[in-house]
Amino acid sequence: MESLDAIVPVLGSAVRLSIPLLFACLAGLWSERSGIVDIGLEGKMLGAAFAAGAVAFLTGEEWLALAAAVAVSVSLGLVHGFASITHRGNQIVSGVAINFLAAGLTVLLGQAWFGEGGRTPQLTNEARFRPIVLPGAETAQQHSGWGNFYAEVISGHNVLVYLAFLAVPLTWYVLDRTRFGLRLRAVGENPHAVDTAGISVARLRYAAVVIAGVLCGFGGAYLAVAQSAGFIRDMTAGKGFIALAALVFAKWKPVPAMLTCLLFGFLDAVAIRLQGTPLPVVGQVPVQVFQALPYVLTVVLLAGFIGRAIPPKASGVPYTKDR
Amino acid sequence: MSARPGELPRWVDYGLLPAINVTAAFLVSGLVVLAIGENPVEAVRIMLAGALGYAEGIGFTLYYTTNFVFTGLSVAVAFRAGLFNIGAEGQAMVAGIGVALVCLAFDGAPWWLVFPFAFAASLLFGAAWAFVPGWAQARRGSHVVITTIMFNFIASVLMVYLLVNVIGKPGAMSPETRTIAEATRLPLMRDMLKPLGIDIGASPLNPTFLIAIMALVLVWVMIWRTRLGYEMRAVGINPTAAVYAGIDPGRIVIVAMLVSGALAGLLAVNEVMGVQHRLLLEFTAGAGFVGIAVALMGRAHPAGIALAAFLFGVLYQGGAELAFEKPKITRDMVVVIQGLVILFAGALERMVRPALERLFAPRAAAAAAAES
Repeated sequence: MESLDAIVPVLGSAVRLSIPLLFACLAGLWSERSGIVDIGLEGKMLGAAFAAGAVAFLTGEEWLALAAAVAVSVSLGLVHGFASITHRGNQIVSGVAINFLAAGLTVLLGQAWFGEGGRTPQLTNEARFRPIVLPGAETAQQHSGWGNFYAEVISGHNVLVYLAFLAVPLTWYVLDRTRFGLRLRAVGENPHAVDTAGISVARLRYAAVVIAGVLCGFGGAYLAVAQSAGFIRDMTAGKGFIALAALVFAKWKPVPAMLTCLLFGFLDAVAIRLQGTPLPVVGQVPVQVFQALPYVLTVVLLAGFIGRAIPPKASGVPYTKDR
Repeated sequence: MSARPGELPRWVDYGLLPAINVTAAFLVSGLVVLAIGENPVEAVRIMLAGALGYAEGIGFTLYYTTNFVFTGLSVAVAFRAGLFNIGAEGQAMVAGIGVALVCLAFDGAPWWLVFPFAFAASLLFGAAWAFVPGWAQARRGSHVVITTIMFNFIASVLMVYLLVNVIGKPGAMSPETRTIAEATRLPLMRDMLKPLGIDIGASPLNPTFLIAIMALVLVWVMIWRTRLGYEMRAVGINPTAAVYAGIDPGRIVIVAMLVSGALAGLLAVNEVMGVQHRLLLEFTAGAGFVGIAVALMGRAHPAGIALAAFLFGVLYQGGAELAFEKPKITRDMVVVIQGLVILFAGALERMVRPALERLFAPRAAAAAAAES
């Protein structure tokens, strides 16, 4: 159990680091299963994080901050929907636009409103989501091994962490076991068939885009009012894109998405932990190796060297009714 | 990129439509300025005066334009072949490593001797970084958008590693290489123009600007006057049909990505050898992404790209002056405008089109109506 004790802190931070990835990855999953490619995950999370930071500072209410984050993220998602569903625009171009809008607007408005170089003022603990100690965690902490694991890895996270993990079975259930989910998946594979059945392709896709917006909103709120105490410029730092990579890795399925996000979070935690410490056998490994690993693995996977990743058939293709 | 060419008169398709979309982007930008509590008209005045009102400002504007011509062309060439290369930023970064290696290896040698090698290195390194995504798309079926995004991140991680551990200046606080000797740097236009009585102040404009103009012409020739260009356009419009024309789409995809990466790489000549005189971590400063907006706005045509790159040059230089005079409007305003241009000129391209079709193509519309 000694060895478990040694990696418990790393596992704990791996869980914390994987949460924004998980929210964004599930958001991408919903969107892409309906046939809408979402490069704008990064932008939506960033916009949400800013909204959460600003509202938490102004009201001191973390739940209001979450609501604001969701509102901003869903609005950006609707812009994406308007361009790519209503006007059949290029989904990738639209996603790129959203990333730029969010990157620019958050800093611009942040500077105009708060005058702190684009960040929102530091939040007090009362305005943040605080850790929840699960029953028995304090006693468990006295014991090493699994007790310690329970106290540090399972317990002690804020409510958004548990909601993220709850969103995984929920996503699976709705997509796999409900009529709405079946139709949504069908729209991503064969929109013509769905249209022929008299169901609106546009409505289903808008629904997916909104759900993606809600999830990115949670991810953004987590960054600004749970993990950190306020918004800082570019605080998503590419997490939206790692989430896309995770989505490819998970082959557009919820449970593998969770496992991949945990793995990427773990790589991140290890990179932070290993800074300057030599490893056995291989010696000192540059931190950058761990940082680059998710990206490199994704490219290798996409090239079909370790299993094939096949996206939903209709994803990225605007739907045009046949005449 | 244009959805159904031929339905609209050319001047509407290539002139009026982009003009309307860009105007829409600027109107929304004006609303953002209003929301901040500043006067948009005054903001525009400060921007224009700062970018074009005096010789030094023009020099800076053209220096930015140079970068955006390269990245705009890079994105446009890929577009023509039906590829969306989001990787210009990473390709330029890696090209910067190449240019820096050459300049530091020949450090102290006269610039005209080093230049051909630095130039070749920028093309080669940029193309090499674009090759893998191109190859993966052509031969392994992985989507170029995702792979180029991944390659951007890998490039920036690689830059950090190299600058911190391998080629960085020892003992420096920031990750950067040592400075290139005076003799090896590209000469500046300000020194060349001074004898002619033109004073462009301290602006960093250098002869790479002339290379940008040549690149515009050469890309035009390549796309519309060579067999390769024809094949690229054929693959871009319909890869399946291209096969029947005896074209190997996979080969064209790879070649298009190589050309695209090489063009993005030229940015590094301007920045590393011409302006910064050393390799800095974020020397590309997002110019690779500006290329997306430039290519969309310029409708992937060199003439349009020249105009769009100049407009973004004005925005960058004018934006800097604006941020100086109005501290509430930071340079991030330019990023917002960029996003709006991409949104309106790219993703919402079809919003205005139907109305224009009704106005300017009555015959085509009538024919379509008769069919249905």
